Amino acid sequence: MNLQSPLGRVRGLGSAKEGVHHWWSQRLTAVALVPLSLWFIYSLVVVTGADYATVVAWLSNPLQAVLMLIFVISLYYHAALGLQVVIEDYIKPEWQKIACLILVKFLALLAGLSSAIAVLKVYLGL
Amino acid sequence: MESVKRPLSPHLQIYKPQLTSILSITHRGTGVFLSLGALLLSCWLVGLASGEAAFNNLQEYTSAWYGKIILIAFVFSLYFHLANGIRHLFWDVGMGLEISTTYKSGYAVLIASIILTVATLFLGGAL
Repeated sequence: MNLQSPLGRVRGLGSAKEGVHHWWSQRLTAVALVPLSLWFIYSLVVVTGADYATVVAWLSNPLQAVLMLIFVISLYYHAALGLQVVIEDYIKPEWQKIACLILVKFLALLAGLSSAIAVLKVYLGL
Repeated sequence: MESVKRPLSPHLQIYKPQLTSILSITHRGTGVFLSLGALLLSCWLVGLASGEAAFNNLQEYTSAWYGKIILIAFVFSLYFHLANGIRHLFWDVGMGLEISTTYKSGYAVLIASIILTVATLFLGGAL
């Protein structure tokens, strides 16, 4: 016996619309962000108030550059997934909900990639 | 036809606020707030990559009093979201779901985020 509604069958979606992928990605990035956030706050303490040359020297270190890249990518992935849930819960008319979801995905990609390129530019000394 | 008056589930405003519900919505709030912080971090990184003039320009804002207040709010939000996120990860593996334990871990999250924020401000010379 098939318990799916005809529409659900046509769209190929279950009740969660995408299985556990969203949930799992959110937890995976959360676990990665635990040590990365602590490193980030430590860096914030080290770097705040420092002049341009000091900050450039800091980010030219391969370890700091790689950690910053992983941090920024995990951060935007995690933020996009989290904001998606908040939008799905609170934004009511369907078209506004979809518009917000698209905006968040686009912004996360734009800001994430810009940050990654900025880190690489400083690291490579371009 | 007259519409049937079915009972609605209780509305938010008649619930007594509890530690668990307050922390739950604060987790969401700090999450949204930290997303804005991510954008600020991106601006800072792009400014750094753009050269000394742009970087100094940004530094002027972050070292101003309002910049410091915003930065401190971000540090506290990050610690709170981090600590409460770890609490959530324990729940995800089925640990600490008893009501008494959720209250203990809730207080632990609050105390830890306050202590860590103060310690960070102290180490960073109030940033």
